[in-house]
Amino acid sequence: MSTCVKRLGKWVSLVSKRGLSTSSVQKDASENGVKSLNLYSAINQALHIALDTDPRAYVFGEDVGFGGVFRCTTGLADRFGKNRVFNTPLCEQIVNEAAKFRYRSGNQFNCGGLTIRTPYGAVGHGGHYHSQSPEAFFCHVPGIKVVIPRSPKEAKGLLLSCIRDPNPIVFFEPKWLYRLAVEEVPEDDYMTPLSEAEVIRQGCDITLVGWGAQLSIMEQACLDAEKEGISCELIDLKTLIPWDKETVEASVKKTGRLLISHEAPVTGGFGAEISASILERCFSRLEAPVARVCGLDTPFPLVFEPFYMPTKNKSKIMVGKWICSVHVEFYNVIDDDDDDDDDND
Amino acid sequence: MRFISDISHKRVPCYRVLDDDGELMTHTNHVQVSKEMAVRMYSEMVTLQTMDNIFYEVQRQGRISFYLTSMGEEAINIASAAALSSDDIILPQYREPGVLLWRGFTLQQFAHQCFGNTNDFGKGRQMPIHYGSNKHNYFTVSSPIATQLPQAVGAAYSLKMDGKSACAVTFCGDGATSEGDFHAGMNFAAVMEAPVIFIIRNNGWAISTPVEDQFRSDGIVVKGQAYGIWSIRVDGNDALAVYSAVHTAREIAIKEQRPVLIEALSYRVGHHSTSDDSTKYRPIDEIEYWKMERSPVNRFKRWVERNGWWSEKDELELRSSVRKQLMHAIQVAEKAQKPPLEDLFTDVYDQLSSNLEEQERLLRKDIEKHPKDYPSDVPL
Repeated sequence: MSTCVKRLGKWVSLVSKRGLSTSSVQKDASENGVKSLNLYSAINQALHIALDTDPRAYVFGEDVGFGGVFRCTTGLADRFGKNRVFNTPLCEQIVNEAAKFRYRSGNQFNCGGLTIRTPYGAVGHGGHYHSQSPEAFFCHVPGIKVVIPRSPKEAKGLLLSCIRDPNPIVFFEPKWLYRLAVEEVPEDDYMTPLSEAEVIRQGCDITLVGWGAQLSIMEQACLDAEKEGISCELIDLKTLIPWDKETVEASVKKTGRLLISHEAPVTGGFGAEISASILERCFSRLEAPVARVCGLDTPFPLVFEPFYMPTKNKSKIMVGKWICSVHVEFYNVIDDDDDDDDDND
Repeated sequence: MRFISDISHKRVPCYRVLDDDGELMTHTNHVQVSKEMAVRMYSEMVTLQTMDNIFYEVQRQGRISFYLTSMGEEAINIASAAALSSDDIILPQYREPGVLLWRGFTLQQFAHQCFGNTNDFGKGRQMPIHYGSNKHNYFTVSSPIATQLPQAVGAAYSLKMDGKSACAVTFCGDGATSEGDFHAGMNFAAVMEAPVIFIIRNNGWAISTPVEDQFRSDGIVVKGQAYGIWSIRVDGNDALAVYSAVHTAREIAIKEQRPVLIEALSYRVGHHSTSDDSTKYRPIDEIEYWKMERSPVNRFKRWVERNGWWSEKDELELRSSVRKQLMHAIQVAEKAQKPPLEDLFTDVYDQLSSNLEEQERLLRKDIEKHPKDYPSDVPL
């Protein structure tokens, strides 16, 4: 546990360079209707706005009535009444019902306005069920959208866009950032567009693509690489499906290299989809194979979490390798293959 | 110390109005049905029966890919529909097309859906019998069992919150009650005090699973009380009993803002679907007995005739007219164009997403290059 906190401390200090801070306390920061908020408070603010602006909006699910296990629904029941904010058990109808309702009814009915909020990802002590990242499952179900925010400001703007989108959406909230990530968040009602990726760091040697909490790890890798003279471009995909291929394509055409990183297991992860699509579009411009730095193909392991995770150094090693073709022991399997090829030559 | 035993020694009685011969039973109270209503109910039951017979044959001839009849359950279909208002929202399973028929969905529209042509509201995307019509407040049928139950509770809760004087009505079979969604729906309805009517068609068979293997309880009606829901068992082959029960359930649901469960006892006279041969797992005698002796259509007919509201001449005219309409509808539907290719890609989301645009473009290119690889009857 202490290791985790120590590690967190590191990347949070990095995050603060992006305008986030380590404090989990809400600060009455500034004028102009901007407040320093952590991620759960930003989500809470978005839910207040959603219920306030649409009298037919409802919030229901496990424990939302008292404020939620992660406090995201705090105060909603008091403010809007228990007829609009109430507890229910879960009854899964996402894949067969919500996703297909518009298509199978010929657009006579739809499940627009349904946003399923769910925490995801590592938190240092979650084990199999509380730390997994199942986003790729849902990306394989036509009819739903999948959205993952990286920070409090993004979480609020994206969540409001999801709630008001005419399609059902699964909104994954990075559990690790609920209290940890703090950012200046406008207090007003604003929406961040879906299906638009954002270049959050410009660079020219390699493109890194990620989403959610993983972006903090990747940004550290970018900074470390920079010290070694490698210029990394970092893209936050934000919406996984339907995803913004054009932004990634434009970046890869510029840099000639691509690294994708996610916490979910590497095999069949959404990184594989990005890799295939970019190969189709940028094959002649690629100067190295597309790299994936992801979770392992195991259930999320409690004690072994630090081994499972796609860490900063795993990313950094791949970045360095792809740029400099340096032999790296960790990836010697790939290098052995290369050697074999050489022998054949 | 006293345990509650597994079953009560007294079975829950079954509410009946007409006896097996179509005579009004004595000492039974029921909601009055006018001549006009009775004749319409009977006519629609015959229409449903005829539609099933003809579409079933059309499927056997290979002209449509699949079919599923409501034979034996015509009374549950039509009498429940007759007792409801058109504002009530229907969330069907798939053996309730009679409700949609009652609401004005035409035989032509049924035929269009079964042939999956360009006039099908579902744009040819789902198997035959997956009807749906927003205009008729009838949710589009989906194949998974019991998912409609919690959805109906949500629809009912929405009616409640909007202050509407209407209820949601959902149907399922005995097999669906063993699914988790049945529990979720029932419990949620009771806790949220949602104006929803659950009409459970206990027709004896869940494809090949008989009710003896389905549950150990005294049917389904007893489950309502455990959830805190008003419940009644009704003879599902007695149109007047179904009409009265649903009519009263509707009043309770709307006036008292609470759910009601109706267990309608019946028998699935047809095979589960055209993909099933039920003689493999149940005796033909049993099927014949329910088809002839216990037919809900014949029983109701005797009552209507006894009242002097229906003659043999009416019968012949009706059957011949429905048959003609159906043959015409099938011809028209069979000749109608298939849905255009663009309907393959639309409605996944409210707008065409970029990945789908790309896939449509590539597909069209391939069709241009290799037209013989694709059916020629789909308009490009």
